[in-house]
Amino acid sequence: MENQQQNMTGSWQLNCPVSIPAETDCVTLAHGEGGRLSRKLIQERIISALKNEFLETADDAARLPRLEGPLALTTDSFVVSPLFFPGGDIGSLAIYGTVNDLAVNGARPLWLTLSLILEEGFPLVVLDRVLLSLAEAARSTAVKIVAGDTKVVPRGAADGLFINTAGAGELIEPVPPGPAFLKEGDELVVSGPIGQHGMAVLAAREQLQFDPLPQSDCGSLLNSVTQLRERIGDRICCLRDATRGGVAAVLQEWAESSGLTLSIDERAIPVTSGVRGMSELLGLDPLHIANEGTMLIAVREGAGQEAVSVLQSLSETADARVIGSVKTRGLVPVTVKRTLGPEQPLHDPLGSPLPRIC
Amino acid sequence: MCLGIPGQLVRWIEREGVFSQAEIEFDGVRRVVHMACVTEAEVGDYILVHAGIAINRIDEREAQRIFETLAEWGDDEGWHGTPPDGGGDRP
Amino acid sequence: MKYLDEYRDPAAAVRLLDEIRRVSTRCWTLMEVCGGQTHSLLRHGIAAELEGTVELIHGPGCPVCVTDQADIDFACQLAKRSDVIVTSFGDMLRVPGSQGSLLEARARGGEVKIVYSPLDAVELARRHPEKQVVFFAVGFETTAPATALAVMQAAQDQLANFSLIVSHVRVQPAMESLVESPEHRVQAFLAAGHVCTVMGYESYDQFVERYQLPVVVTGFEPLDLLEGILACVRQLEAGETRLENCYSRAVQLAGNQSAQDLVQEVYQIADCRWRGFGFIPSGGLSLQEKWQQFDARVRFPDCGLPVIANSECRSYEVMTGQIKPPECPRFGKQCTPETPLGAPMVSSEGACAAYYRYAGV
Repeated sequence: MENQQQNMTGSWQLNCPVSIPAETDCVTLAHGEGGRLSRKLIQERIISALKNEFLETADDAARLPRLEGPLALTTDSFVVSPLFFPGGDIGSLAIYGTVNDLAVNGARPLWLTLSLILEEGFPLVVLDRVLLSLAEAARSTAVKIVAGDTKVVPRGAADGLFINTAGAGELIEPVPPGPAFLKEGDELVVSGPIGQHGMAVLAAREQLQFDPLPQSDCGSLLNSVTQLRERIGDRICCLRDATRGGVAAVLQEWAESSGLTLSIDERAIPVTSGVRGMSELLGLDPLHIANEGTMLIAVREGAGQEAVSVLQSLSETADARVIGSVKTRGLVPVTVKRTLGPEQPLHDPLGSPLPRIC
Repeated sequence: MCLGIPGQLVRWIEREGVFSQAEIEFDGVRRVVHMACVTEAEVGDYILVHAGIAINRIDEREAQRIFETLAEWGDDEGWHGTPPDGGGDRP
Repeated sequence: MKYLDEYRDPAAAVRLLDEIRRVSTRCWTLMEVCGGQTHSLLRHGIAAELEGTVELIHGPGCPVCVTDQADIDFACQLAKRSDVIVTSFGDMLRVPGSQGSLLEARARGGEVKIVYSPLDAVELARRHPEKQVVFFAVGFETTAPATALAVMQAAQDQLANFSLIVSHVRVQPAMESLVESPEHRVQAFLAAGHVCTVMGYESYDQFVERYQLPVVVTGFEPLDLLEGILACVRQLEAGETRLENCYSRAVQLAGNQSAQDLVQEVYQIADCRWRGFGFIPSGGLSLQEKWQQFDARVRFPDCGLPVIANSECRSYEVMTGQIKPPECPRFGKQCTPETPLGAPMVSSEGACAAYYRYAGV
């Protein structure tokens, strides 16, 4: 295959006055065809950025050591536009998203796989930037990328770069029982200010011309989850990073799983001033806006304040708050207290939030 | 169509003519707003903004009115007056 | 945030609520005209707290919901062209015409962009001289100055690639159309605050005189709405019909003259079709002759579609309070939030959509 390709290139060059540069500065279809360019891309850019003992063997499957506890496995695809946004980029997002999914499900994240789907013409320097950020995020969360794949699709078939990561981790007892085991009286805690990621991406993507641009909360929850579990592990019922659909979507899912009503107080929910200003101006509700490093935690009655003090002692979750509690099932699954009365339904977000003017 | 939000005039960019512009701050974020309809505003004033253009200056005197009325009614229902200046303004 | 947070003070709201309950001897029926007010009444729990004291009929709603389907179809048609970028406010993108919404047009390959301001669409046209940028100009009188300014900016910059689909609607003719209906049940109006910020409220004098209904200019925050409702109830209890302004921090009698000048420079009053209402004389705005080069319908004469009217929608009867949404034979069957026939099902705050959401809960 490699020879064939080189020969073809060589013979074509004889007839063509335009010389092909040995190093192209962007991704071409040839990068995905398994030949010399593919190997060069993988070896010199990807493996060198992410290097660890598993990748160095460069086999098609990673051989991983036996674990004591059961395994948790998750996968997520990342398709954010723009690829770089204030506070993060698709690379760090692809690591933190999967690490967070493992952490909130009671696992210690260990190994990730990484699939890149590149659009023909994607600049290699940009790929390098993404890989650098990805490697840094993996280092900071002590996970290893143990296997991967790279595909190139023709121009127009993808939006620059799509990333899929799958992650495996070891479940650590006691594993939080999950939202089906929520009980009346359980307390709801949010780990920090909400809506930052969605607002950052929206402002950057739609070029809404705000200054300063709001910053994404894109980051790891691993440390805060670990600390929380070490201190009050047996009183945690469930945790969830409030990504797409925001805090509202998590509350809806938990209400559905438990058959109870979840009730929150808008005034208790931390919101940064930039997100607040943008929400008012665009007519959006921060409860519906995505987060990428902020989670919702349900703890047993009486443990809310303790959970908050644990979280507040960490710099990344210094603004954690108790925001509500679990109640007997009322008329609606999720209620929010805003100005008057406790019984206003909080709607499930309908599609992605769009700025409104009326 | 009615989402109109008050923000504070931080800086005039262009004060003359129909295409005049100013920078307005909305709780931590700033945006350039067209000022054709509120040319008399001064830095520090609160401006009502709709769809990127200023449609009025907030009348600070009138803004107090409801709180004065509530104060007159007294706080027998447990209400303790929050005058506009005390509510949520940032330094 | 100053001028927002203090008007959401729960204790003050409870105080006003108690006063409304104290002065009312019977359940009065009020209509809030603007969708923004409806949004706030539901969001802050005011409508629920007032149940049994004041019945609030949600009015003509938001201009996004009453935008004629033919205009949405036209916008979607333009979005199909590879040389066109269609721009509008975010909430307009979800509203379906007879053949889908702008979001769906985008999914099928059309270039559709959300802008916060019509002036941003002009900026987009400046940056993309190779494209035709069309702004879908929806909105009440509040929004018309911004779109008028966009037209003037495009003219100033000599942009030949910027145009508007003008779908502006006027509130007062719609209110008149409602109260002209012999079956209407509205006893007082909360007039749309920000429309009055631009237009003033002098013109309601004749309305109050003619229809003998109280009109109270009302804002959008909880205390604003409660104050407006209290003013209506007080008038009704005293047997008075007056024009009042309860939003004086943002509304003056004559409105904003500079804003009206912008609108008068660019637009003229025109007859207009409102979704769910039908034809309303003088119900909208159109570009004046001298600005015709910015009219998307003039620039793209071949993109019009035959109008498919939804005569099955009975939203007029819902809005006049003659029927409750579930009494409509289409409700929940042909007409759902995903496939709305008329305005009150289009908007998430619309009466029909609200009923649909909580029916059976």
